[in-house]
Amino acid sequence: MQYQMIFHCIKVNIRNNLRNFSTTPKEVLTKKRLVPLRPVSSKIDRSKLPARTKIDANTIEHLERLSLVDCANKQGIQTLEDAIAFADQILQVDTEGIEPLVTVLEDRPLQVRDDKVEEGNCIKEILSNAAVTEDKYFVAPPGNIPLEPRENLLHEEKDN
Amino acid sequence: MFLNRKLYDIFLVRTSSTKAYKSKWKSVVGLEVHAQIQSQSKLFSAAGTRFASGVNQNVSLFDAATPGTLPVLNKRCVEAGVLTALALNCRVNAVSMFDRKHYFYSDLPAGYQITQQRSPLANDGLLEFHVYTPGVHKTPYVKKSKIKQIQLEQDSGKSLHDDDRSLVDLNRAGIPLMEIVFEPDLGDGEEAAALIKELVVILQRLNTCSCKMEEGALRVDANVSIHKPNDSLGVRTEIKNIGSVRAVAGAITYEIKRQIAVLERGGTITNETRSWNSISKVTVPMRDKEEKQDYRYMPEPNLPPLYLAIGPSNWGCLNVDNLKASIPELPNETRNRLKNDYNLTPEQAVILVNESKLLDIFNETVLRMKLNAKLMANILINDFLSLIHKEKKVLEDITIPVEFLAETVMLLQKSAINRKTAQLLLKEMLSLPKDTPSEIVRSRGWYQITNEEELRTICKTVIKENPKILNQYLNGKLIVFDAFLGKIVAKSEGKADMSQVPSILKEVLKELKK
Repeated sequence: MQYQMIFHCIKVNIRNNLRNFSTTPKEVLTKKRLVPLRPVSSKIDRSKLPARTKIDANTIEHLERLSLVDCANKQGIQTLEDAIAFADQILQVDTEGIEPLVTVLEDRPLQVRDDKVEEGNCIKEILSNAAVTEDKYFVAPPGNIPLEPRENLLHEEKDN
Repeated sequence: MFLNRKLYDIFLVRTSSTKAYKSKWKSVVGLEVHAQIQSQSKLFSAAGTRFASGVNQNVSLFDAATPGTLPVLNKRCVEAGVLTALALNCRVNAVSMFDRKHYFYSDLPAGYQITQQRSPLANDGLLEFHVYTPGVHKTPYVKKSKIKQIQLEQDSGKSLHDDDRSLVDLNRAGIPLMEIVFEPDLGDGEEAAALIKELVVILQRLNTCSCKMEEGALRVDANVSIHKPNDSLGVRTEIKNIGSVRAVAGAITYEIKRQIAVLERGGTITNETRSWNSISKVTVPMRDKEEKQDYRYMPEPNLPPLYLAIGPSNWGCLNVDNLKASIPELPNETRNRLKNDYNLTPEQAVILVNESKLLDIFNETVLRMKLNAKLMANILINDFLSLIHKEKKVLEDITIPVEFLAETVMLLQKSAINRKTAQLLLKEMLSLPKDTPSEIVRSRGWYQITNEEELRTICKTVIKENPKILNQYLNGKLIVFDAFLGKIVAKSEGKADMSQVPSILKEVLKELKK
């Protein structure tokens, strides 16, 4: 479910952004305009894009296992494949000889603190976030339970 | 069937002779050590680290992965990591980075551990150590193990497993660890144990880790494989979380024998994680994840790169060269000093360095009280340490003042007492360290008899009381001389100066022969 939501979000955002592109330029008066006045056609050379990634049943099962999110249905796979295809476009950016940027703060030293105890002893606050507690412990389901293999993998969601 | 197979395994392991396999199989051992950094607060939060605190007391909002909280790195942990790296001859990196390693477990509330995967704090070290287990090795030998990397990372919390649920205590979550990854340069369990012993001494000297293995402050994982000489390396198994130095030796020795037994009967080794059962002395497979874990490493976005100043610079959170200057004498230097300055044997040097309490006593007394260093080392190792082992006590609990030990050696050095009396003194003080050795010796009349005339009298008395032995001696059975010596020790209640007695006894007997 979560997967789907995220992917939908991305889509929605893209549409929103496109709409913004076409409506806001009048308000921007700077000479160096980063946002074009009119929608421009994509510079992505579709012929150079890698073949559309196909998600097979094993992969989707693996993803479900990692995320514990129910996404192994046709709609979920479609959304995931769309997202991958969308992300594939970034491969056209020429990154030859450029170090990957991890953080925009990478040229600043990491701030460190002195070794002093100033936090903790707030068990009440900590435990108030937990659904189940006992004797000052958090209570969680037993250790790593292997996920039951699903029988109706790639099922159609009834709600859709 | 399964059970039978298991018994068969054990049977083979127990019966296969050590000598037969040595020539045929080569074993390779590599270690990974998780050492808890000695600090007041956690790696990325200001919660405390005190052992045995109340459940979930040492937990900050960050440690519980409360949304909106951010990690702030503890400077002390960086210092400790750098000190350790320098002492282990590593290259400390001017820039290192933090990464997220994801796994889903209830004692890791964020769903990931912050560690250093792409660029760790330090790389390419070398640890040189002596392998010497009295009873296994005749003399110490030097072994080297390369260090691949040292990284800073968070510990996870602790789960107590009930039948159908886990109780989670997050006190350990976020505790600072240094993971020290060694190359597979070792050959057997004794070498691995010796490496850990050396590492413990180094970390304790640096004060970067308490090394209390019983508190989980130092945990060892061992990778073990075997192969035939000239073949490529075999499939390895990993033994997780070994909790004592002797267990390191025991678990690896067992695992090597087990793998040999499996291969010799035509089986195959599977790449798996095993755990050491220190009671039944076997390694058993741990319930394994059915497929290879995907940790989904990614750069930690909340922590910019960690910069360290190297050379005359203040850029970065601390200066590596300043730290280098503060490194204390390391065990290898100590051993060399003991051998060169005090003329101790390599064995004595190794034992003194491994038993830090004995070394403290030695350092504190020898120069100050002008003791014979070799004699002091001998008494500490051969008499004092063995006595403690015999009485099943622990060196750390001994309350005898160092002055008492020094005085005992002094009395011995001045020939006021003999070795036998020194041992009695140690035993006396071990049970009740109240009177000084001199007082005990005086009140018990334990002074050594060194007066030649007195010794001569004792010799004569003993000869007179044992006409049979005298007869044998006079008839040419010279070996009974030793019997006389024994009688003299008994007669003088162990107080006769046995360095003088033989020559005096000889003289007395010579006169009788005439």
